[in-house]
Amino acid sequence: MMFRMLAIVAGLGLALAGPAEAQTPRKGGTIRMTAPYGSSFTSLDIHTTQRAQDEIYAKALHRSLYIWNSAEGKPVLELAKEDVVSGGGLVHTFKLRDDAYFHNGRKMTADDIIWSFNRIMDGTKAYPGARFVRIIEGAAAVEKGQAKEISGLKKIDDFTLEMKLTEKVDPGFYFFTALTSIYPADEGAKESFIQHPIGLGPFKLVEHVPGSRIVLERWDRFYKPGKPYADKLIVSIMGEAAARDVAFRNKEIDTSVLGPAQYVAYQADPDLKGTLVEVAEVFTRYMGMNPAFKPFADKRVRQAINYAIDTDLIISKLVKGKAYRATSWLPLTSPAYDKTMKPYPYDPAKAKQLLAEAGYPNGFEFEWTTSQNESWGLPIVSAVIPMLDKVGIKAKVKQVETAVLAEVVRTGDYQAFIYSQQSGPDPLAALKCFHSATPQPACNYMNFKNADFDKILDEAGQADDDAKRTQLLQKANALLYEEAPVWFFNYNKAVMAVQPWLHGIQKNPTELTHQNAEELWVDDTSPAK
Amino acid sequence: MLSFLIRRLLQTIPTVLAVVMLVFVLFSVVPGSIASTMSDDVDPQVELRLKQQLGLNDPVYARFGKYIAKLATGDFGTSFRTREPVTTMIAKRAWPTLQLIFASMAFAVLLGVPLGFVAALRPGGFVDSAAMFAAVSGLSIAKFWLGLVLMYLFALKLGWLPSFGYGDGGLKYLLLPAVTLGVSPMALLARTTRAAVLEIMTADFVRTARSKGMSETRVVKWHVMRNALVIILTTMGLQFGALMGQAVVVEKLFSWPGIGSLLVDSVLQRDIPAVQGSILVVVLAFLAINLLIDVLYGVIDPRIRYA
Repeated sequence: MMFRMLAIVAGLGLALAGPAEAQTPRKGGTIRMTAPYGSSFTSLDIHTTQRAQDEIYAKALHRSLYIWNSAEGKPVLELAKEDVVSGGGLVHTFKLRDDAYFHNGRKMTADDIIWSFNRIMDGTKAYPGARFVRIIEGAAAVEKGQAKEISGLKKIDDFTLEMKLTEKVDPGFYFFTALTSIYPADEGAKESFIQHPIGLGPFKLVEHVPGSRIVLERWDRFYKPGKPYADKLIVSIMGEAAARDVAFRNKEIDTSVLGPAQYVAYQADPDLKGTLVEVAEVFTRYMGMNPAFKPFADKRVRQAINYAIDTDLIISKLVKGKAYRATSWLPLTSPAYDKTMKPYPYDPAKAKQLLAEAGYPNGFEFEWTTSQNESWGLPIVSAVIPMLDKVGIKAKVKQVETAVLAEVVRTGDYQAFIYSQQSGPDPLAALKCFHSATPQPACNYMNFKNADFDKILDEAGQADDDAKRTQLLQKANALLYEEAPVWFFNYNKAVMAVQPWLHGIQKNPTELTHQNAEELWVDDTSPAK
Repeated sequence: MLSFLIRRLLQTIPTVLAVVMLVFVLFSVVPGSIASTMSDDVDPQVELRLKQQLGLNDPVYARFGKYIAKLATGDFGTSFRTREPVTTMIAKRAWPTLQLIFASMAFAVLLGVPLGFVAALRPGGFVDSAAMFAAVSGLSIAKFWLGLVLMYLFALKLGWLPSFGYGDGGLKYLLLPAVTLGVSPMALLARTTRAAVLEIMTADFVRTARSKGMSETRVVKWHVMRNALVIILTTMGLQFGALMGQAVVVEKLFSWPGIGSLLVDSVLQRDIPAVQGSILVVVLAFLAINLLIDVLYGVIDPRIRYA
């Protein structure tokens, strides 16, 4: 099942992974990573937070049933050694690890997984991981308060777990993020757990200075022999790009995520150019159009928007080349990405023609809701407005905070908005956001409804043959391109500067800052020793 | 003195209540909710239950009543975000902020006041012009930019200090953020001191002291300095409050774990109890410092009575 798809991902992953490390990993030393997304860590209870910032430390502290393997470009089993699939692809029997110890020294069992998944489905808490666990039969009933335990989870013995899914999907795509981390059932319920989390990861918590840093140290009973390599891992919160730049040049930190301006500066600096690691992340940046707003109900108007914007110019001049041009919804690193697809060309004349055909020869006016985000917010909107104006479309800006934008998008209270949305790694899940059965607050933000699209996607979901499945997903993606519910802007190019003494960095397209910390090591040239 | 203190403490109650009410109402009307910051795929029923559990579906007045009742017992509520008591969160952040503010103020006073004195004693001279140029620059300079320049110079070029972080809370980590934050009050204190000293130097009692043959050193020490201190103290009191507001920029830039960054993070994530608690603590600190300054007036100048 899905073999071909995974093979494609594996190929992409290997291509992205770069040359293999030639040196022998050194034991010891301190790794100094940065959490670059502005604010403090939301919580030490990783079940409660979906922010990329929090998962940086959580990847070192916790473990989930699966883990993302960047070299293979797919999720692989982590807390289980084997997954036997039966019941027409719906029943998964996991043979769990019997050598995984929590940081309090207790061995993990199937009970811990069942307890953790039940916790995530607590319908009074709105845990973000619920959207993944919901794929297990009976999970939604727990969320709605109709049942106390997820019926689709059954403990066969301490190290055997049966999981019955509601759909024929690869559970790896659902259970690899820290949102579905496995907690110790006995400790997780205690109030003190939030301040002193106990995980299964390669590092255990030593210190949390809120707003400044997290310090972790090696967990000697980690189940991967010889790993982790480093003695200590420090994750410092450094939201200011300029401050990170000074600290990186001063060799005080080992990793630094770069913004567009720094990307240009680092590329131009011979001493820093070699430190850059780039990856196409599975996020698509776009302008969403509300079909309830009359002009946007017409496909020709939406296409006209795509023709009217010189997207390449914006990417090269404004985003400074730190993005890949979007050709539809699925990004470059998606296993179903179709490299034969071409983006909408910049063609204002065609845009005008389409507008006239749709009954808007003189254009129209709309309100565009945006945040201040430099990569997909106000600066981009400001650059696009004169381009739209050229074809007669006037855009009025409505600026809101990112938190407010998230609500606006979910509730559909907009005419148009600009946003960044996860569009992978699972292409089926990414495209399901456009299925008419997906509610708008879930992720169908443009309230897209198209019977042909639904049919293709449903077929893909039922396909046993991986090649056929990929073909159907590409067909659905192409239909989406034709329907243009959005202006297809770009796929994020994540860029991280990495000091030469830090090795083992994985080109993780799901989020570059999310590193499997046990793979990282520092050689003896590190100033942190 | 005691009755003055009691009276002043009682006067703070309506101020605190007004601030609490303002913040409460403000965060009840601004769009965005904790649910939308937690998950972008939250079931509407779950969102409803979450809001119920957090009491967000009750009318504003009912929520405010509950909040005030809790506050009266010293309970600042529980953070929506971290699920920790807000008092615990603030306690963790209060010491670093106090360190930063007091160090900044110490820098401002130790540099700004002597600078102002020296400038005033030789008005129009080179020292005066240089000091006032430095003061105007210090007031105009953006903290963010200044912080970066200091980082670049003292961390990257000279290698004397770390460029960021709290470390063990030691002096070497504190210096750069404190100077960044302290430059503006230093400049203001220099200007205020200069103006105060120049004015006092022309006062009748100074002229009388000089005419009685008192040495210039004694005139400055016993008459000028003592009288100028009242004005300097007033400026310091106001600057303490300003520093609390400005600390956030410096805390963010230097990854300093203070209340300022807690407040901004809480606002962005709609963590209302943490926002309310942080603002309340800042307001209380501001009121306490002003009270302290009022008390010090009487100590420095016995002519000021606590009527």
